[in-house]
Amino acid sequence: MAHLSDENLERARRLVAVYPEPRSALIPLCHLAQAQDGWLTPEAMEDVAALVGVTPAEVHGTATFYDMLHTEPVGRHVVAVCTNVACMLAGAYELLEHAQDRLGIHSGQTTDDGEFTLEEAECLAGCDTAPCVQVNHRFFGPLDAASFDQLVEDLRTGVLAGQVPRHGVLCRVERTVGLLAHGADDRDVGGVGTAEGSAT
Amino acid sequence: MITGAPPIVTGRMAYADAHTLERYLATGGYDGLRRAILLGPDAVREQVDKASLLGRGGAGFPAGRKWSMLRKADVSYLVVNGDESEPATFKDHLLVERDPHQVVEGAIIAAFALGVSQAFIFCRGEFALGLERLQQACNDAYAYGALGAGILGSSFSLDLVVHPGAGAYICGEETALLESLEGKRGFPRIKPPYFPAAIGLYGAPTVVNNIETVSNLPWIVVNGGEAFAALGAGSSTGTRLFALSGRVERPGWYELEMSKTTFRDLVYDPSLGGGIRDGGALKAFIPGGVSAPWFGPDQIDLGLDQDAVARAGSMLGSGSVVVMDDTTCAVRAAWRITRFFARESCGQCTPCREGSGWIEKMMRRIEEGNGREADLDLLMDACDNIAPGVSWPPQQTTICVLGPSIPSSVASGIRMFRDEFLLHVKEGGCPMRAAR
Ligand SMILES: Cc1cc2nc3c(=O)[nH]c(=O)nc-3n(C[C@H](O)[C@H](O)[C@H](O)COP(=O)(O)O)c2cc1C
Ligand code: SF4
Ligand code: FES
Repeated sequence: MAHLSDENLERARRLVAVYPEPRSALIPLCHLAQAQDGWLTPEAMEDVAALVGVTPAEVHGTATFYDMLHTEPVGRHVVAVCTNVACMLAGAYELLEHAQDRLGIHSGQTTDDGEFTLEEAECLAGCDTAPCVQVNHRFFGPLDAASFDQLVEDLRTGVLAGQVPRHGVLCRVERTVGLLAHGADDRDVGGVGTAEGSAT
Repeated sequence: MITGAPPIVTGRMAYADAHTLERYLATGGYDGLRRAILLGPDAVREQVDKASLLGRGGAGFPAGRKWSMLRKADVSYLVVNGDESEPATFKDHLLVERDPHQVVEGAIIAAFALGVSQAFIFCRGEFALGLERLQQACNDAYAYGALGAGILGSSFSLDLVVHPGAGAYICGEETALLESLEGKRGFPRIKPPYFPAAIGLYGAPTVVNNIETVSNLPWIVVNGGEAFAALGAGSSTGTRLFALSGRVERPGWYELEMSKTTFRDLVYDPSLGGGIRDGGALKAFIPGGVSAPWFGPDQIDLGLDQDAVARAGSMLGSGSVVVMDDTTCAVRAAWRITRFFARESCGQCTPCREGSGWIEKMMRRIEEGNGREADLDLLMDACDNIAPGVSWPPQQTTICVLGPSIPSSVASGIRMFRDEFLLHVKEGGCPMRAAR
């Protein structure tokens, strides 16, 4: 698939510039790559490796440690149903079962049309709205079978597109300044990257 | 607040636009920083000492003492811990999303007091909106002159970077967090020698403070450490943001005066938890995140006080209270918590890696009705292997305290609800299943 686009390479260089050591940008750059392609492609990992000065294998080995970084393709919408204790006490396992039936996949799988990946998640820090679900790391809850179905419907029809960007797009606000206390000028900007431009 | 104490970290939550610079400035925002600059670093540290502010990340270590331990060096760092992944904990989530400028201002004040010129906010990656709000607040703070060179006309300069995590509970542990911030896998470092205050980020001395800890700083600097210390009692001063979840009518966050408020208030007061859901009866509660040993109804009148909870054999931890009622299966709750630890163990230490997996399997077997009576003793043995004595605070044989936290729920479950475990064995399944 894809290497980082020129625009994202430029974003990546600005991200590297805000850290005392380049390697610190490794995870932000992986997020940037996921924002571009929805997952971490081998080509993007090569680019990340070159940008922070490690081998592609080190990028891969680091990325696989983290739940949010996907080294295999996932759906446009990653639906994460939390089943940890607070959500479990509010019926999370019943909700997960319903989600599997509704989407016709088991947790860990992706629908044939590539729209949905279902995941069973650990606590998402949304326990006050248990049972809690994240879609591409945007919060929904408390959900029951009916509101889950509505959510899936809204995601399919694109009603929620503004609130829930495609999987991989994390932070749509970019850093606007460099390290000003450390003598950078205003053009050395960096920050949590996005492939979709900035929105505020 | 039911004790009449002022809200310290949630004062702006009534505003839907509390996250904007405009609202922040209109509600006293950056007054703390202005005052800090006027006072100077020594006086700020003195106020924080007087406040006796305890760290809100879990261990409850006094912030002032932690700051005084920072090794003197040319380069040192501040890292604000916003990884918040302890199950049932959601207070930092609230603070980064709803009052991100307060977090930023708190970080700037801490950096000023410490003489640090580079700070990081490590925010849990799953908080997409929180990251956007924090990054916006950071951008706005630069534009406002609260970050960058010559802050608010002073000679103090600071750069702040908002750093996203990528999903790993262990990265909340401070040394794992630093590894992750260095772009590596989140493996905790061995202490000693790797105490962050001595050898932290890139080997430089580093202070790691929790999001809620630094969120208290603007108020403390404006109102004085004594005003903070006048709230609460004993070593538990000020207020604290509690996260209430589980089988209560009104789960949610509640900022409460420490010590003077009790678990009973939190769970039953109509303005707080509102009582057990559907009029049920309290069975047990976890007082401070799933790493903490459980309490029974007999402990409900304990104060929300760090020392009192410790004396009673558990911890206030991350300030997250999980309520179980008479429909809750204790075996299933303990199993689910163990499953979390088994998944999140980083695997460096044998007792934690092997023990968590083994305990999870045994717990699952019992929950599914395939257990034997002897399994209960086996489980306690397995717990003893991870944390010898299975007491609290636990004996530590591992690199970090994730390992020794694994026995908390299993041992609590077996000690408090042995009959329920045995019923699972006898009846070949969960006796509560029909009730649910
Ligand atoms: C397994 C584990 C997970 C932790 N997770 C967090 C966390 O998510 N947030 C946090 O602030 N502290 C967490 N801590 C505690 C940190 O190591 C550290 O003590 C804390 O960030 C210090 O901040 P404080 O002194 O302001 O409380 C965790 C500790 C352990 C052992
Ligand atoms: S105790 Fe567990 S999580 Fe902590 S370092 Fe050891 S193996 Fe890793
Ligand atoms: S337990 Fe599900 S969000 Fe916390």
